[in-house]
Amino acid sequence: MRFMMLMIPKGYETAAPGTMPDPERMAAMMRYNESLQKAGVLLALDGLHPPSTGARVSFPGGKAKVVDGPFAEAKEVVGGYWMIQVKSREEAIEWARRCPGSENEMIEVRQVQEMTEFPPEVRKAAEGVKLAAQ
Amino acid sequence: MTTASIPRVIEAVWRIESARLIGGLARLVRDVALAEDLAQEALVTASERWPESGVPDNPGAWLMATAKNRALDELRRRALLRRKHAEIGHQIAVESASGRPDLAEALDDEVGDDVLRLMFVACHPVLSPEARVSLTLRLLGGLTTAEIARAFVIPEPTIAQRIVRAKRTITEARVPFELPSPPDRAARLSSVLEVVYLVFNEGYSATAGDDWLRPELCEDALRLGRTLAQLAPNEPEAHALLALMEIQASRARARVGSSGEPILLLEQDRSRWDPLLIQRGLAALARAEELGGSLGSYALQAAIAACHARARTADETDWVRMVALYDALGQLAPSPIVELNRAVAVGMAFGPAAGLQIVDGLAAEPLLGTYHLLQAVRRDLLVKIGRVDEARAAFERAAFLTRNARERDLLLARAKACR
Repeated sequence: MRFMMLMIPKGYETAAPGTMPDPERMAAMMRYNESLQKAGVLLALDGLHPPSTGARVSFPGGKAKVVDGPFAEAKEVVGGYWMIQVKSREEAIEWARRCPGSENEMIEVRQVQEMTEFPPEVRKAAEGVKLAAQ
Repeated sequence: MTTASIPRVIEAVWRIESARLIGGLARLVRDVALAEDLAQEALVTASERWPESGVPDNPGAWLMATAKNRALDELRRRALLRRKHAEIGHQIAVESASGRPDLAEALDDEVGDDVLRLMFVACHPVLSPEARVSLTLRLLGGLTTAEIARAFVIPEPTIAQRIVRAKRTITEARVPFELPSPPDRAARLSSVLEVVYLVFNEGYSATAGDDWLRPELCEDALRLGRTLAQLAPNEPEAHALLALMEIQASRARARVGSSGEPILLLEQDRSRWDPLLIQRGLAALARAEELGGSLGSYALQAAIAACHARARTADETDWVRMVALYDALGQLAPSPIVELNRAVAVGMAFGPAAGLQIVDGLAAEPLLGTYHLLQAVRRDLLVKIGRVDEARAAFERAAFLTRNARERDLLLARAKACR
């Protein structure tokens, strides 16, 4: 099963454009990433630019509305993610525990949905769209 | 508050730590069987203590410290019996006394090498292929005997006995806990690769049981393959095997229909192939090729898999390239299975009659006439040429010969459709 570990750094919601991790922390993180890789569990990872250079698209009344970052109301934002493949929820949590996180950081562990988990009608709907597109 | 139960947390910790733990201990005691016993004892101690004390902050270091203390006791005991072990006991005492709280972090490279050494030992040619597979899953995959037994649909006592015997064989043959050096290295590495791929294949096209795919086993093999590619980064075939497995695994979702029936590659809905795994596979193949390994056996098989992965539709497959890759593979490692696949590619590239000619040549060989895949390929080619009566007969024979229930249903349905 796959899990996404979402890194949520406090304060990133207001970070200036171009904010980069400091080199010392980066080295520790690289070692952690390497340990995930050597254990054969890492599928993908990325860091994200701060929301100040991002945008939010919402749909009030079903109509797209775009707001540029930073977002005044945001309390928590994602700063990056790891996608891992492990045996259990407990193992995903164990890997998250091993991250050299700092005081202001938090990792949210979330399981990736698989198509096989969906009820038949949802799967049919997904297949129907595919057939129509062909 | 966490809802996780302690036994499940311990299981997860074991999955993460066991290979490094056993590898590290084996380096100290120079005995893989003893190392595994020590690690298992540490695990038992953990499952007794952690429910009371809670899981320690660094569970890996805790397990290692506990196991090393046991190792020290054990070696002291043995040293009393046999003086020559005193020296090793001393070495451990010195290492323990140096007070490194986290061996794993301090000696990261060495730990990686320990895991690699452990892989080489578990896949040692002195063991039978079945023993290598069981021992690898046990020592490196962190699987329990029960899990291995379930995965291979073999009674648990059989697997337990296989592992005990394998460990004894390693001890008796005095297999050293070291990385093999050049004259042996290539052969030893290919034994490791073979074991990993055997595990993968058992998950990918189960030879026994009622399910066509056992994804857990594929994931175990991928995990081992990813680790191996990291620990032996300059070995092109390690990357090539990984590429092959990643690309094959990318099709897992598309290989099984809604009622569990297998769907053949060319009939699969390619939008269900996993782009992340394809991308990982193509990157691993590129790495193998950069290292000069594009003509290796796994590299050629991965290149064939990549050829499928790159084609947006089955019709867009580059069959001429496919034939060239199978030609190269057939020269490197001649086998009826490669020849059969080459026949399929030739049939696609140059017409079914050309493919059938190769298949009929193969079918004439005494042991191959009844091979179920050969018969199925032959049937497909016969259908394409329009010889349906022969196709139906070939299909019914194939259904009769397979042990996989789901595959049998598919084969019989196809036989019915021939008219």
